[in-house]
Amino acid sequence: MFEKVWADHAIGDDLLYIDLHLVHEVTSAQAFEGLRLAGRGLRRPDRTLATADHNVPTGPGQPDELSQAQLAALKRNCDEFGVPLYALGHARQGIVHVIGPELGVTQPGMTIVCGDSHTSTHGAFGALAFGIGTSEVEHVLATQTLAQRRPKTMLISYRGALGLGCTAKDLILGTIAQIGTDGASGHVIEYAGGAIRALSMEARMTVANMSIEAGARAGMIAPDETTFAYMRARPGVPVDFDAATERWRALTSDEGADYDRTVEVDVPALPPQVSWGTNPGQVVPITGAVPDPRDESDERALAYMDLRAGTPMQEIAIDRVFLGSCTNGRIEDLRAAAEVVRGRRVAANVQAMVVPGSAHVKAQAESEGLDETFRAAGFDWRGAGCSMCLGMNPDILAPGERCASTSNRNYEGRQGRGGRTHLLSPAMAAAAAITGRLTDVRELVGS
Amino acid sequence: MKPVRIVSGAVAALDRTNVDTDQIVPKQFLKRIERSGFGEYLFWDWFREPGFPLNRIEFHGAPILVAGRNFGSGSSREHAAWALQDYGYEAIVAPSFSDIFRSNCTKIGLLPVELPEDAVRELIDRAPDAATVDLERLTVTLPSGREVPFEIDADARERLLNGWDEIALTEKRFGEIERYEAERERDGPNTLAI
Repeated sequence: MFEKVWADHAIGDDLLYIDLHLVHEVTSAQAFEGLRLAGRGLRRPDRTLATADHNVPTGPGQPDELSQAQLAALKRNCDEFGVPLYALGHARQGIVHVIGPELGVTQPGMTIVCGDSHTSTHGAFGALAFGIGTSEVEHVLATQTLAQRRPKTMLISYRGALGLGCTAKDLILGTIAQIGTDGASGHVIEYAGGAIRALSMEARMTVANMSIEAGARAGMIAPDETTFAYMRARPGVPVDFDAATERWRALTSDEGADYDRTVEVDVPALPPQVSWGTNPGQVVPITGAVPDPRDESDERALAYMDLRAGTPMQEIAIDRVFLGSCTNGRIEDLRAAAEVVRGRRVAANVQAMVVPGSAHVKAQAESEGLDETFRAAGFDWRGAGCSMCLGMNPDILAPGERCASTSNRNYEGRQGRGGRTHLLSPAMAAAAAITGRLTDVRELVGS
Repeated sequence: MKPVRIVSGAVAALDRTNVDTDQIVPKQFLKRIERSGFGEYLFWDWFREPGFPLNRIEFHGAPILVAGRNFGSGSSREHAAWALQDYGYEAIVAPSFSDIFRSNCTKIGLLPVELPEDAVRELIDRAPDAATVDLERLTVTLPSGREVPFEIDADARERLLNGWDEIALTEKRFGEIERYEAERERDGPNTLAI
């Protein structure tokens, strides 16, 4: 699949044509300014789409002065260069990796880039999608191409089916724990096997989203009927949708094909996963304990997280819960968490929030009454954005606070200076909110 | 971009693996819309920790930073490369880099130099003893005098040696790009029409 998409977009052996360029406020201002200084135009506004997500407030009140200036710069740049912008308040505003698929502009066989590492999300549709830096953003704005060398390929093959209470998040966290945060460096991953085929589109996006946490250039999943059913009737899809699906069916992962590397993951061996440390490879089963440190990096992580080796994960008390992000801020994620929360109350010592991935997800959730379920349980119900996944807006942890989070990174200070993050699935985050400690969700939902 | 050929001088050592770009520049400084001035935010939280290695006086002003494997992992923020360069580093040496970070460095004239673990270990153990990175010859001369070869993408090397603007280079190929658009470009999606 990767080979075909690459070949379809290669110009010579070092230039790649880009079908869709997604833009947000934090990594674009300097690129637009670069165009302006060099007197360059934007080559293809019709292949470019912008939204405001990283820096927007999700609660009442105005953004701070610097954030306002950055959001204003995005508006000014999009106006000047003719880029469609879904700004704060627009019905299509949301996290860039949530709205692309939602609008149907993310399609199989495309090349998609964005100045954000989680662009790998769009690979769930069989697109070649990856994050780029601001200089490259400027290069794409000016030329609609990127200077690229062909990366290596890696097949991750999943054997067996997910057990009850286990989700795509557990699948990918378990995978990163197995291969490490640089296990896929220099490679484009193709995810294959029965457990992947059985996932919904939104669950596949969770998997592809975290490809970058294994160091991968991108992660791809071959499109199938699940993909086409998800896409049909979305605004951006081809008018002759059936003809398009015929073309897209040619994109398959061939297990007999020649990959630079092949990894197998035993799925039934994966109970719900949770991170204990300060990178997304430091992950153990919820049924396990904080591991013994293997090196200085582990020791530093234990000290930062204020954890002792041997402590059962389920004994770790939490202060905050964050449900959202480009990893797990979609409607199915909210439904899965609401299922656990329904009829229960958030523990007295816990502050929990839900941040839908987009304005559309928020509206959908409200039409299903999920907001009521969350509010009744004591969750804070917010507007759409990246929010506490990276803490650029006021949604941050206080020093020392411990958070059960459905986001993608548990780096030191990621959610706020001195904050401690445990990555887990939406259902697991909901369970932690109810009990006030990291909890095996299977104990709450029964088997 | 200024041409880069040789980086020679003291080595500052950060003996940590998986240094992520959130540590290199925390998110609260990504709100700025300028490209310059990020040096003062470099390793913002770590510089405030007692005993942070780069606080050592003998590391101040060093043009070479050496660190553990998977340096620059995580977020694509080019601000990380800007901050390292603005702080004064001209070359970063490590056993491995994240793909996006390595690419970001080569776009701005900051040299990402991948060396084998044993050479990196020598640099760390002997820091701040001086080393020399020679992009023309693709070698690093360690403090012991031992010369170690390294590899870098051939196009990136040419651009760095000559200080070329990558966009200007691609603009020379607009004929090829136009031909691609005329003959091979896929139909949509058109973001202006949805």
